[in-house]
Amino acid sequence: MDASPALNAPDKAAPERVGPNGRRLIYRHPLVIRLTHWINAAVLLVLLMSGLQIFNAHPALYWGAVSTFDTPALAITSEESGGANRGVVYLGDRKFDTTGVLGLSKDAGVETERAFPSWITLPANQDLATGRRWHFLFAWFLVINGALYLLYGLFSGQLRRRLIPEGDQIRDFGGSVKEHLLLKFPEGEEAKRYNVIQKLTYLGVVLVLLPAMVLAGLAMSPGVDAAWPWLTELFGGRQSARSVHFIAAGLLVLFVVVHIVLVLVSGVVNNLRGMITGWFSIGRVHPAGEDAR
Amino acid sequence: MILHRRRLLTATAGFAGASLLGGCDRFAGTETGRRTLSIGEDANLYVQRLLMTGMTTAREFPESMISPWFKPNGSIDPPDTAYKALAAKNFSDFKLKVDGLVDTPLSLSLADLRALPSRTQITRHDCVEGWSCIGKWSGVPLSEVLKRAGLKPQARYAVLHCADTLEYASADGAWMQPSHPNTVREAHAAYVQLAAADDWGGSPTGAASDGEKDPDATDGRRPIRYYESIDLFDAFNPQTILAYDLNGKALPVSNGAPLRLRVERQLGYKNAKYVMRVEMVSSLAGFGDGKGGYWEDRGYEWYAGI
Repeated sequence: MDASPALNAPDKAAPERVGPNGRRLIYRHPLVIRLTHWINAAVLLVLLMSGLQIFNAHPALYWGAVSTFDTPALAITSEESGGANRGVVYLGDRKFDTTGVLGLSKDAGVETERAFPSWITLPANQDLATGRRWHFLFAWFLVINGALYLLYGLFSGQLRRRLIPEGDQIRDFGGSVKEHLLLKFPEGEEAKRYNVIQKLTYLGVVLVLLPAMVLAGLAMSPGVDAAWPWLTELFGGRQSARSVHFIAAGLLVLFVVVHIVLVLVSGVVNNLRGMITGWFSIGRVHPAGEDAR
Repeated sequence: MILHRRRLLTATAGFAGASLLGGCDRFAGTETGRRTLSIGEDANLYVQRLLMTGMTTAREFPESMISPWFKPNGSIDPPDTAYKALAAKNFSDFKLKVDGLVDTPLSLSLADLRALPSRTQITRHDCVEGWSCIGKWSGVPLSEVLKRAGLKPQARYAVLHCADTLEYASADGAWMQPSHPNTVREAHAAYVQLAAADDWGGSPTGAASDGEKDPDATDGRRPIRYYESIDLFDAFNPQTILAYDLNGKALPVSNGAPLRLRVERQLGYKNAKYVMRVEMVSSLAGFGDGKGGYWEDRGYEWYAGI
């Protein structure tokens, strides 16, 4: 496995070396983590886009076992208003005009009534059958890739070592909030570990959000519901599971957006190098004035 | 060395990303693409069958949870001459044919079917589009009918032939929808629009013809009627019934009168309405495009357990 150091070094000390320009490099991400990270990113993109295609076939959400067609919790539709067609989103009783994006958007220059616009669905045109094929194949990739990540994370100790906040971090939670607000992140020894907000967010995504996503998806399956009725019941019924699945997708999108923004503002080249080659710079060996990563 | 590798990896990731977004639709349009994407269905069928036995039943609900309105979908008023004639006489002339790989072909009237053992179940109907309704179904278990007909050992699937025409086919490849009153037509058009997956087939050769000239053929266009198929695993499940009542009353036309299939562990489109004939077969190859159903021929999964 090329020049990568031992994957499961027994304790927390990540391998370290001095790179060109006197940078201190730590081996931050083992190969399995890097691979599963990028596969996960691609798979989630396909799942999001094909999921929105599927949602478009019946762009309304309900709570409970069945659809209460007259009183959806959320509906994306189009309606005539003042002689013109408008895209609208109903959230309970409240109505929002979303023309151009939701409910009514341009598809290849033609105004089209569709919940999510064609540029964000897979396939681009209205095609539930193919959307389902993409979604269910890539759902398997998500589960297999996620299982690999979790198994590796558990048995290598990475999950515990890298993601469980340490005592001092929990005590200084406020300090981490301040760091984020000022977009000023630590260097040197402290950069060897994730900050506390980062750790809790990753834990939430990896152990709560993604599993909830998969389980809510399974809870919608009539076959799984027959085999494991408790799962659908856990979500409060099939239509609730569908709503949870949609909300969880929204939270994942939110996570990815924030994640990318923070990657950009906290040293994009260094972060990308870390997730591509494994080596992450924590500053110079002999800080001379300003530290340049 | 790191720089070199980084550039290589970035380029690879960039290329993968670009082709992911730009090439997905093209990929799905190829034969390899279709076959690859179908692996998910195979996996789902295999795993779900591991999770259940033939006797595993879908959840049943209390009366209090029955939906006030059971949304009809797909055909809601078949335009077919033969069907209209049956409906005009309240289906008193209706005969369900049971044939194919059976020892004794049957022809059963509604009275015959009602005289057979019956089952009533309150179940949730999940449409492939995403919505659900709960309804109370009464009917004769398909297993009771098949036991009386007796299966030949080669029989592997039950093909449900339905009365409703969804579109017309002709040799020139043009499609045409049946004529409906305006409102019905709109709903119908929206439904057929879901079949936009031309890539998956749904070729204008359409469903198998009986050879006889069809009274509903117009301008030389042959009607393509709804059909479905299930295997013996589902055919002999106790909840798999040919339903004649919905919520304690005779099945309305919009919900599939006089008889519809209930196969509760799968999605709505497997639950064929307007069932006229149950044909036992060893292979689905001879029907439509050979995928086992009207929607299956248009890209939807034959196994609709998810």
